[in-house]
Amino acid sequence: MAEHREFFYRRLHSLLGVVPIGLFMVQHLVINHFAVYGEESFNRAAGFMAGLPFVLLLEIFVIYLPILFHAILGVYIVFVARNNTRTYGFFRNWMFRLQRITGIVTLVFIAWHVWETRVQIGLGNADLDYSLMEGILTNPFMFWFYVIGVVSAVFHFANGLWSFLVSWGITQSPKSQKIATYAVIVVFFAVSYLGVRTLIQFAYGV
Amino acid sequence: MAEQSTVTFIITRQGGPDSTPYEETFEIPYRKNMNVISGLMEIRQNPVNAKGEKSTPVMWDMNCLEEVCGACSMVINGTARQSCAALVDQLEQPIRLEPMSTFPVIRDLIVDRDRMFDALKQVKAWIPIDGTHDLGPGPRMPEKKRQWAYELSKCMTCGVCLEACPNVNDKSNFIGPAAISQARLFNAHPTGEMNQSDRLNGLMEDGGIDGCGNSQNCVQVCPKGIPLTTSIAAMNRATNIQAFKNFFGSDNAH
Ligand code: SF4
Ligand code: FES
Repeated sequence: MAEHREFFYRRLHSLLGVVPIGLFMVQHLVINHFAVYGEESFNRAAGFMAGLPFVLLLEIFVIYLPILFHAILGVYIVFVARNNTRTYGFFRNWMFRLQRITGIVTLVFIAWHVWETRVQIGLGNADLDYSLMEGILTNPFMFWFYVIGVVSAVFHFANGLWSFLVSWGITQSPKSQKIATYAVIVVFFAVSYLGVRTLIQFAYGV
Repeated sequence: MAEQSTVTFIITRQGGPDSTPYEETFEIPYRKNMNVISGLMEIRQNPVNAKGEKSTPVMWDMNCLEEVCGACSMVINGTARQSCAALVDQLEQPIRLEPMSTFPVIRDLIVDRDRMFDALKQVKAWIPIDGTHDLGPGPRMPEKKRQWAYELSKCMTCGVCLEACPNVNDKSNFIGPAAISQARLFNAHPTGEMNQSDRLNGLMEDGGIDGCGNSQNCVQVCPKGIPLTTSIAAMNRATNIQAFKNFFGSDNAH
């Protein structure tokens, strides 16, 4: 592996973005969506996740380390691109650019989000329950910060899924790539709906 | 419609690899069916700029004059293309000419495309057939494969796809689309296939195929209409399989 280190890291980057990070994100938003069915059911769902066996190990190896690796290499990938949508305003080139923008936005959002929730719970300053999120999201500024963060993360995931299919050589023909584009658009709207619907529930109780 | 009598060129010039670029405007008499190169030839004959000052001839590269050699690529009104195939009548005036920004400038519009030839070496874009004795005729190629391989063989190393790629620049070491497609071409050849792992391993070296970020500009701009993104995706699959073979497999040759 030593001689092809860069290749290996880039493939790992692509893989981690989908498994486990992407899957975790979808799962996270599905669990949170239980808030829409009432405070009680959110607390039960979140409590179930927090009560999984080996939860700290799961968090470290399925969430923190993969995200850290994806983020560090990702920032480097953003840095080496010279965006040129002004001259070459093609759809995919815009997706390329947005993938980089949403990556950075998502990174800032996740850092803040983890600090405000998981870290505070870990330090014993907060409890994992409905009212924690309600307290954060009733502030309109934070509400919009979360909306932007969640939509960016979902975009980055959906478009990343498209790139994943190309990077792993699954979609090769232009036709299959086009169908994949439609498929990830559906993923984007469906998962965004889950996320934003939950935020509205916490912020406005509806 | 009034006959146009002059054509204006605004050219980004540069004396040598390390000199500062500057713009110079030229006005030349219009002729019917001119292309950009015939305009540059006109300037060469009488290098006087639009202010009437005596200047030096503008340097550019060319060879075939029919869009098959790739030497004459430059940025014309913002987009990279072949100057021999750029007709003045179809261009907005004034016509702006710049050297391609991805490559080091040698002088004026001449750029150094060495990195593209180095890339072809990295992926061994040739078929080794020399032996110490006559090896006899090689295997035949299926006609259907020949048809798509022929499309890939049209690449003229012109550099337009590298110029359009956001990941080919001085901060990155990405090999660029052209060489990836050439690796696919030579791996498709029944004799070339015997060395396919060498080419795939070349693509997996640092600065290889992994630098692709799927902006897909290359396939939009290639003057030869080469299906570059299909080639990249196909080589993505092939290199991944090769990586597994290298790690888990027992047969290194193939
Ligand atoms: S692939 Fe097309 S754009 Fe790229 S160098 Fe070859 S001919 Fe030029
Ligand atoms: S001179 Fe050969 S492509 Fe223009």
